Amino acid sequence: MEGFRYMDGVATLRLDVAACTGCGMCGEVCPHGVFAVAEGKARILDGDACMECGGCALNCPAKAISVNPGVGCAAAIMNGWFSGSKPSCGCGG
Amino acid sequence: MDGNGIRTFVRDRYADIAREGTSCCAATSSCGCGGTPSKGLPLYEDTFLDGQVETPIGPVPHVHSRIGRQDILGRWRVRWGIGRDRYRVAPGLYALGAPDGSAPVLVTANYKMTFDIVRRDASGLDAWILVLDTRGVNVWCAAGEGTFGTEEVIRGVTRARLSEVVRHRRLILPQLAAPGVAAHEVRKGCGFSVVYGPVRARDIRAFLEAGMKASPSMRTVVFPTTDRLVLTPIEITGSLRPAGWSAAGLFLLAGVGPGIFSPGAAWERGLAAAAALAAGILSGAVATPVLLPWLPGRSFSVKGGIAGGVLAACAVMWRRGSLEASAALALLLAVTAVSSFVAMNFTGATPFTSPSGVEKEMRRALPVQAGMAVLAGLLWVGGAFYR
Repeated sequence: MEGFRYMDGVATLRLDVAACTGCGMCGEVCPHGVFAVAEGKARILDGDACMECGGCALNCPAKAISVNPGVGCAAAIMNGWFSGSKPSCGCGG
Repeated sequence: MDGNGIRTFVRDRYADIAREGTSCCAATSSCGCGGTPSKGLPLYEDTFLDGQVETPIGPVPHVHSRIGRQDILGRWRVRWGIGRDRYRVAPGLYALGAPDGSAPVLVTANYKMTFDIVRRDASGLDAWILVLDTRGVNVWCAAGEGTFGTEEVIRGVTRARLSEVVRHRRLILPQLAAPGVAAHEVRKGCGFSVVYGPVRARDIRAFLEAGMKASPSMRTVVFPTTDRLVLTPIEITGSLRPAGWSAAGLFLLAGVGPGIFSPGAAWERGLAAAAALAAGILSGAVATPVLLPWLPGRSFSVKGGIAGGVLAACAVMWRRGSLEASAALALLLAVTAVSSFVAMNFTGATPFTSPSGVEKEMRRALPVQAGMAVLAGLLWVGGAFYR
């Protein structure tokens, strides 16, 4: 995203190119332009821009994408630490 | 049906949902955001309903695109965190303009602020608006929590008897619903295919005019200064409770000195400490979000720490005649630590931070923030003994 970059080398996004059918859904749903789809295959163009929302993995009919999805929210992660469950936030905004 | 009739009709939708007993947030663990089905809530239908249209399944309420004073007041109220959970519209099908069996179906959340934006930005269109029960939460958060999810889309389509209202079998979903909705599963579940529309409702007309094609800019989230600014009030109101407890603790600590406890010192030194706390919170919750792209560093704790440090340095310069060295150092450390911590919490309001990144940042930043706060406290309390 222009003007905004978060930390590099942390996103858990993985693409299994062999399983990819090139349908293009990942490119359509990604709000950060992480994917490029050409010649029947998707590829990860900018993995560090991934915010791990999980939209691409959920909408991949070939199940070629894996990501550990969640909310990128400090309060949610602290809630998760204290309650010992999945991070969940109060949806701040 | 007259005006009262259509109101009763919309209200009955809540009763239907209550009867069917939709599963609450059980599937998504501890959900802090409006985890109740939309029933028994204040209703705002008078601000957007202006009649009804006849359809093969009977009358459907008609909405207009005007945003009135009540809508604006309501938006301000929820921006400050007042009654946000209860700011909802009844889920179900609505008509905008003069839609027929071939009109597009726009699917959205039942947070009233979201609904208002959709009916405003879709002005001039003849469309159906299918409002899902997202427990009064916006599209993005509801998708993340799973309430704007595959099952809710299927349920909404079925309950609205959409297949009897429109001849086509296509839904337009906001792109940011994708983390909750598997398009191919929706098709299997109710026969309607999902087309992801633009991120922002204001692009919906251009999207439809282009034959349901989104340009790359329609597909990309941005985070301009105004968007960051409108999120700052909720950051402040959200920090009030912990800030109140912290201030109470500071006032107690302020009285500690050579005379064991001095109420006079508690008041005087406590006020100064509370002011430092407030400065740290404002720096982290307002200054850092607004200045976000210009503050150095990638992590929010660094950006917030720098904003707080600069602010505290200015305060020290301003009061340099009356501040002792230990107090000045304590002020610098405390404001930096508080601002850094509060800024880190803004990650939840941004559309570009990944949970892996936030966790990594927190593991690094929390010990530093805690260390600085403890050191500040020691310097400050210790200073009372060595004047």
